[in-house]
Amino acid sequence: MPVDIKNFLTHFFVTGYPLIYGADASIILATVAILFVLTYFKKWKWLWTEWLTTVDHKKIGIMYLIAALLMMFRGGVDAILMRTQLMLPNMHFLGPQHYNEIFTTHGTLMILFVAMPFIFALFNIVVPLQIGARDVAFPYLNAISFWLFFFAALLLNLSFVIGGSPDAGWSSYPPLAGAEFDKGPGENYYLLSLQITGIGSMATGINFLVTILKMRAPGLTLMRLPLFTWSVVGACILIIVSFPALTAALALLLIDRVAGAHFFTMLAGGMPMMYVNLFWIWGHPEVYIVVLPAFGVFSEVVATFSKKRIFGYTSMVASIMVITVISYFVWVHHFFTMGAGPGVNSFFALATMAIAIPTGVKVFNWLFTMYRGRIRITAPMLWTLGFIPNFAIGGATGVLLAVAPADYQYHNSYFLIAHFHQVLIGGTIYGMLAGMYYWWPKMFGHRLSEGLAKHAFWWFNLGFYICFMPQYALGLMGMTRRIYTYPKGLGWGPYNFIATVGAYMMAIGFVLIVANVVYSAFYGERDTTGDIWDARTLEWSLPSPAPHYNFAVIPHVDRRDAWWVMKQERKEGKTTLDLQQEPIRPIHMPNNSGRPFILGVCFFTVGFGFAFSWYALVVLGFLAVAVLLLVRSFEYEDSHYIPVEEIKETEAAYGRL
Amino acid sequence: MKRLWSRLSVLLLFTMPLLLTGCGERYFVLNSAGPVARVERNLIYTSIALTLIVVIPVIVLMFYIIHRFRDKPGNDAPYEPQWSENKTLEIVWWGIPIVIIGILGTLTVRDTFRLVRPPANVTGKPLTVQVTSLNWKWLFQYPEQNIATVNYCAIPTNRPVRFILTSNAPMNSFWVPQLGGQEYTMPGMAMRLWLQADHPGKYFGSGANFSGRGYAHMKFNVVAKPEGGFQQWVNQVKSSAPALTVSGYHDLTKDSVMKETAYSSFPPGSFERIVRQEGGMYMKHKLTEATD
Repeated sequence: MPVDIKNFLTHFFVTGYPLIYGADASIILATVAILFVLTYFKKWKWLWTEWLTTVDHKKIGIMYLIAALLMMFRGGVDAILMRTQLMLPNMHFLGPQHYNEIFTTHGTLMILFVAMPFIFALFNIVVPLQIGARDVAFPYLNAISFWLFFFAALLLNLSFVIGGSPDAGWSSYPPLAGAEFDKGPGENYYLLSLQITGIGSMATGINFLVTILKMRAPGLTLMRLPLFTWSVVGACILIIVSFPALTAALALLLIDRVAGAHFFTMLAGGMPMMYVNLFWIWGHPEVYIVVLPAFGVFSEVVATFSKKRIFGYTSMVASIMVITVISYFVWVHHFFTMGAGPGVNSFFALATMAIAIPTGVKVFNWLFTMYRGRIRITAPMLWTLGFIPNFAIGGATGVLLAVAPADYQYHNSYFLIAHFHQVLIGGTIYGMLAGMYYWWPKMFGHRLSEGLAKHAFWWFNLGFYICFMPQYALGLMGMTRRIYTYPKGLGWGPYNFIATVGAYMMAIGFVLIVANVVYSAFYGERDTTGDIWDARTLEWSLPSPAPHYNFAVIPHVDRRDAWWVMKQERKEGKTTLDLQQEPIRPIHMPNNSGRPFILGVCFFTVGFGFAFSWYALVVLGFLAVAVLLLVRSFEYEDSHYIPVEEIKETEAAYGRL
Repeated sequence: MKRLWSRLSVLLLFTMPLLLTGCGERYFVLNSAGPVARVERNLIYTSIALTLIVVIPVIVLMFYIIHRFRDKPGNDAPYEPQWSENKTLEIVWWGIPIVIIGILGTLTVRDTFRLVRPPANVTGKPLTVQVTSLNWKWLFQYPEQNIATVNYCAIPTNRPVRFILTSNAPMNSFWVPQLGGQEYTMPGMAMRLWLQADHPGKYFGSGANFSGRGYAHMKFNVVAKPEGGFQQWVNQVKSSAPALTVSGYHDLTKDSVMKETAYSSFPPGSFERIVRQEGGMYMKHKLTEATD
């Protein structure tokens, strides 16, 4: 083989790490297995027509959910590798470069490719059903959002076998992330994949805000909206206003890297601080983007399983909106120690602390929803209850970190690591898991096993405390984040060992969650009623899983907890609970389209081309995007009507006619 | 319920030692050895106490409510499915956090302003140490003494030390927890951090902001000595250590991890040159302000 081709190949494919060879092998095996199964069972056509081209929000939601769980597995493996490396002082399990790549991808994946798709999964699955709509406002755009996210995730994951992973931390500050200190394509992968998924997220934010504002069932005024939908409103506003800052930051850094500009390097008058500002102007609202929907889930779950109206609905809505607004005024707390004046630091310290007030109010309202209720401890409720102490502690340490002079001591230490894992896992992940268990019957028509769910919860929750409580202590002992090893004699060893044990326990919890998904697909209790939890909101008035047009007849709403009220009135004999008050009419639905998927492939091509500075590929990708947009603009028939007979047949099959 | 309690006690068992050992001397942050660190530590204790006012009742209340209102046969606790508003209660839990944050906010603002000034009880003239983070080592230059060290730094006790910080590599963060707090080092900029040690000792310091492969090894000791001992150390370095030359500095800027080293002199104005060459020429005002 000519030397330059050999050189090219060894740079193109990551070589030299046994772990990566293992990954190569497992990627190839998994791909072959998937191809074999699809071919053997003749499922290619089914895959294309039912899933890859779908514009049905429920199916898109399910695909988001699967992708989120897969990415959580990858991010979790990263976490386990890191914790193993830190288990003992002076460990030689991972080298520094490999460790840097792993924590970078861990952070990036968990925030952008786990938390985000997980909340989008629930947006898609729940919001239209909760507001009595047949679809989202822009179904075609919704499919594009998903495929952009999906191919961006693929792009980032590809980096670790082709070209090398990003290694400058998930926040990727220049100059470390600039071309001078970080040569290979890894950092380009990071910039491109975030940029591409960012476009998708932005579109999702717009899509769902419009859906909620414009497509609510008649009578469903804003102050009658279920709280999950309210939390989606907050998250969407945050997405729309904050993502442009990330887009700008990533684009400028990409120009710095591939075109040799100096926006963020001091050397030609640029300013690294500007990147830090732009990144956190997005980055801080981002944590509320992912935690607000979790708050929404808890509100639904607590009310349902306490058999009671949510306590202080108005305050709950107010606190969501207050959080939405204040979260734009806190970003500087990520760099109190970068030399801002005391006036600036004071302002951002106070704004950060202020967020604790509405958040605290929500916790009390959840507690008082349970008060004088009848609490059923099911899987979704268990995650909700597990969340409360977690968030009380995590929120409190957040307030501690907001105290600017004290932050000089916490900043970049394991205290901070413990804090944000406590709120992101204890808040977002617990919330999303609660939501997953809660709406699973609505998605698949069966529930997940309670027994397995309880085991999973206790492994995960106890593992969580064992993993992260010692990290608060490590922070106070001076251990800084992102170090791949530490010497003996500082007393950090035992706590790190305990933390690693906790991480393994969480891994067992995760495996049990996945085992439950598989087990329950075969043996889970089937939901024949459509309302398996005796719940309160409109999605439970539909059969499980919901028919593709959602509502045969759009319901009229005149109260909060519309479905609960209808059920009560039926019990009291006031109505017959006939949802079909009006005659069934043909339903207008969007057509499936393969273009969103192909658009994802094109953006992937653009990203891959940029990562290696292969501009022919970039141009080709962009051209293809332009062609696809052009084709779309000439598409006049992108929808169809479902005839009344078909609707009647479907409804009759559910026993509803 | 019993199972829940047993699980809770396991959890407490794991967290208790962490709380109880808070005063151990390895807890650098809490084991402050100077006035700056003390201000920060007091604020840490105050803020913990203030937040516990909410955290403890929330957790206790949660367990009580779960216990009392569990849906099980024979539970005679009141059930009021429609009860969902109570102005008084809501005013209470909007009010309490507002008061707590009000108190904490006031203290925070006071100390934020306090810490940009040199520590109180100044007994001597401040000492200036110019710190440069390099890949992956720390360079300390003493402009008044004209000596330099790598990866360790001696200071006199009971005298405020003005650290002026920059970087000629990726950003880092200069952190000596027992003396108080950290500040970023950034290329082309000069930042300032006041620290002071009460008594002689070796204080652990490290780089706190990720700067690439050798970052984990960017640790250093700050050695505090009484005034006389400090002078003696300066003289010793002056008489026995080699000089730091321009080419010697150039070697330091290469990627490497180094042991503790001292230099009897350094090229004059080299700190200012580092700041300027790394981009400081575009922000002259910052340079003069920090090095005045």
